Amino acid sequence: MIRVIALTLALLVAMPSFAVEPNEILDDPVLEERARDLSAELRCLVCRNESIDESNAELARDLRLLVRERLLAGDTDDEVIAFLVERYGEYVLLRPSTSGSSILLWLAGPLMLLIAVGVGIGYIRGRKLATDPVEALSAEDQARLKALLKDE
Amino acid sequence: MIVELGHFALILALALAIVQMIIPLIGAHKGWASWMASADPTASAQFFLTAFSFAALTYAFVVSDFSLQLVVQNSHTDKPMLYKVTGVWGNHEGSLLLWVLILTLFGAMASWFGGNLPPSLKARVLAVQAAVTVAFLIFILVTSNPFTRLAVPPFNGEDLNPLLQDPGLAFHPPFLYLGYVGLSMSFSFAVAALIEGRVDAAWGRWVRPWTLAAWLFLTIGIALGSWWAYYELGWGGFWFWDPVENASFMPWLIAAALLHSAIVVEKREVLKAWTILLAILAFGFSLIGAFIVRSGVLTSVHAFANDPERGVYLLAITGIFMGGSLVLFSLRAGAMEARGVFSTISRESALVANNILLAVSAFVIFVGTMWPLIAELIFDRKLSVGPPFFNLAFSPFMVLLAAILPIGAMLSWKRGRFTKQMKPLWGIFALSLAACALLWAIQTGRSALGPVGLALSIWLVASALLDLWSRTGRGGLSHRLGRLRRLPRADWGKAVGHIGFGLTIFGVSMLMAYEYEDIRVAQIGESYTVGDYQITLADVQDVEGPNYLATVAEIDVAQGNYQIRLRPEKRVYPVAGMPTTEAGIDNGITRDVYVVIGDPQANGGWAVRTYIKPYANWIWLGAIIMSLGGVLSLSDRRFRVGAGAARAPAAKSGVPAE
Repeated sequence: MIRVIALTLALLVAMPSFAVEPNEILDDPVLEERARDLSAELRCLVCRNESIDESNAELARDLRLLVRERLLAGDTDDEVIAFLVERYGEYVLLRPSTSGSSILLWLAGPLMLLIAVGVGIGYIRGRKLATDPVEALSAEDQARLKALLKDE
Repeated sequence: MIVELGHFALILALALAIVQMIIPLIGAHKGWASWMASADPTASAQFFLTAFSFAALTYAFVVSDFSLQLVVQNSHTDKPMLYKVTGVWGNHEGSLLLWVLILTLFGAMASWFGGNLPPSLKARVLAVQAAVTVAFLIFILVTSNPFTRLAVPPFNGEDLNPLLQDPGLAFHPPFLYLGYVGLSMSFSFAVAALIEGRVDAAWGRWVRPWTLAAWLFLTIGIALGSWWAYYELGWGGFWFWDPVENASFMPWLIAAALLHSAIVVEKREVLKAWTILLAILAFGFSLIGAFIVRSGVLTSVHAFANDPERGVYLLAITGIFMGGSLVLFSLRAGAMEARGVFSTISRESALVANNILLAVSAFVIFVGTMWPLIAELIFDRKLSVGPPFFNLAFSPFMVLLAAILPIGAMLSWKRGRFTKQMKPLWGIFALSLAACALLWAIQTGRSALGPVGLALSIWLVASALLDLWSRTGRGGLSHRLGRLRRLPRADWGKAVGHIGFGLTIFGVSMLMAYEYEDIRVAQIGESYTVGDYQITLADVQDVEGPNYLATVAEIDVAQGNYQIRLRPEKRVYPVAGMPTTEAGIDNGITRDVYVVIGDPQANGGWAVRTYIKPYANWIWLGAIIMSLGGVLSLSDRRFRVGAGAARAPAAKSGVPAE
C-alpha cells in the first residue's frame, strides 16, 4: 500500500529535467557556442540567481529558445541582448550595464583600490621617515649616557 | 521532559551570560581580582548548559519526537539516522542553536586556555564574548525557539530538504559556523584591547591562533559547500557568486587579511589600528552574512525560514555591535602608536599590499552583493548582479595577489633588498612565463585564463618550495634536509598555505578554461565519443531508496584499457516533493568524467550529459592544503609554550629581522 502511495506521489511531482535539452541545440556549432555564451549572461527571471543556461525552469527554456531564434534570424550578440532587455528589463542581465548609476558599481572596486593604495603608500612613507624607537634613545637613556661619558 | 530541560538550560545560559557580560568588566575597571575571575566559571557553565540544550534537541530529532514543531518540519521516520542528526542544524532554529553552542564553546576555550593572558584583558575578552552570546540567546529565545511544542502532534514529519540529505552538506554548516563564530573571538580580543587601550606584540600573538583557527574552519566549510555544489547540483559548477556564498567568502577574505596583519603586529608592532579594524570588520561580515542568509532580503538557494522580524533583529545586532565597536575604535585608535620602522622595500610593505588587495576584493564582493538592493532603494532600478560581474571585478585582485605573494614572502622584515632577494626567484619567474607561453601556443585562440592560471600556480608553488629550501642555509644535502625538518612549524604553515592557494588557482583556471561538454540523446546500448572517452549508455532502471525513488543509469566510460561504470541518478523525494540529481563522477587527478542522466525522450532514448572537467579536484585539494597550512601554523611552538605575559616585555624591544 505504502508503495502505491509513494509511486502516485512520485508521479505528481515534476521529474527533474536538464538545463539545455538536446533538442534545443542548434546544428551550427558556431551559433550554438554563441547561444551558450549569451545564455550564461542572462538571468532566469523566476529563479534564484541562476542563468538561463543553468536553470531547469520552463521560462529559462523559453528564453534559451528565444535567444537561438534571434541568432538564427541573424542578430548580433548585442542585438539579442538589447532585444531581451527591452522585453524583460535590465533585471535579465547578470552583468549589469555601465549606464547611469550602475557605473558606480563598476567603479567602486577600482576607486577603492586607488584610495587604499594611496593611503597605504602614505603610511609606508610615514613609517620610513619615523624615528626608530629601538634606535632612538629616550631622554632618560640620554641623561644616563651623558653621565657615563662625563665619568670618563 | 528532556526537551523542556533543554529549553530551561538555554534560559539559564542567558542569565549567566548577562552576569558574565557585566561583572568581569566592572572587575577589570576597578581592579577587583575576584570579580574578574568570575568570568571563568560562568564561561564554562554557559558552554555546558548550551551543549545540554543542543543535546536535548538532537535527542528529539533522533527519537523523532513529533510533538516538537521543528522536528515535524524537518524530519521523517524513514530518514537515515545520519540525516536525523544533521537535520538538527538543517533549519533556521537549530542552526542558530549550533551558532550559540559554538559561541559559548569559544568563550569557554578562551577561559580554559587563556591562563597566560593578563587577568584584566582576559576578563574583558570574556565579557565581550558574553555580550555577543546574550544578543544571540535573546534572539533565539524570543524569535526562533527550537523547543516549541505542538498541541496535536502529527503522525509523521515533513522530511528534510532532500538537497541537504547529503554527507558533504551535512558537515558544511558546522565547519562554516566554527569559522564565522570563531571570528567573534578576534572581535572580542579587538574590543577588549580597545577598552584596555593597549595593543602590543603580545596581543598580536594572542589573537592570531584564534583567527587562524576560525580561518581554517571557514576554509574547510566553504570548500565542503563548493564540493557539494559540484557533485550535487547536476552540472558541475563549483562557485555561483550567490549572495550566501558571498556572505561566507567576505569574512574569509577579511580573516585572511587579518591573519597576515596580526603577524606584522606580533613581529614589528606596526599596523595596530588597522589590525583591530580588520578584526572588527571580519566579525561584522559574519554578522552581515547571518543577516543575508536569515532575513531573505537577498533571495538565494540557501535562504531558509525567511522572516522579516528575524531580519530586523539581526540587523539590530549587527548595528549595535558594529556601531559600538567602531565608535570605540574611533575614540581609541589614535592612542595606538606604531613602534617599528620599515623601509619601502620590506616584508611589512608587502603585507600592507596583501591587506589592501584582500580588503578591497572583499569590498568589491560586498558592493556587488548589495547592489541590487541599493539600486532598487535609491535609484529605483531593478537589476541583477551575477557571476559575469564578479568574475570580471574580483579575479584581477587574485591575479595581483598571486603575482606579488612570492616576492613579499622572500623579502626580509624591516629593510629588504629587492635585487638580492629576488635573485633566486628569477628562475621560477622564467619557468612560469615559459609554461604560460607554451600553453598559449598549444591552445590557440582560447581565453588567457588557462595560461595565466598555469603561470601563477607554478610561480606560487615553486617559490613556496624555494622559500622553505632557502631557510635551510648552506651545507650538504643531508644537513639541509635535517634543518628542513626542524624549521619552525609556522614556516611550514606559511609555505603549505601558499602552495594550497596556488593549487586552487590552478584547478579553477584549468576547469574554467578547458571544460568540455557534450549533450545528446542516447539510446540504450548506444556508444559515442566525448573527447578521448568512449561513452556507452548500458542500462536505465527504476530503483527505490529508503525515502526516495530513483532512475539510475548505467554508463560505461572507456579510454584504451581503462574502463569504469558510472551510475548517475535522478531522484524524487515524495514526502518533500522535490527532485534531485546525483551525478556519476569518475574522479581523477588530471580530470573528472562527469555524467548526468536526463529525461526519457519521446522517440525513445535518454538525454545524457557528459562533461570532461580537467583538474577539478585540485580546487578542493588546494583548499584542504591551505587549511593544513593553517593547522601547521597553529601547532607552532610559540603558540603552545609560554606565549604569554612573561615574554611580552621581551617582545617589545623589537624583534630582530629574520
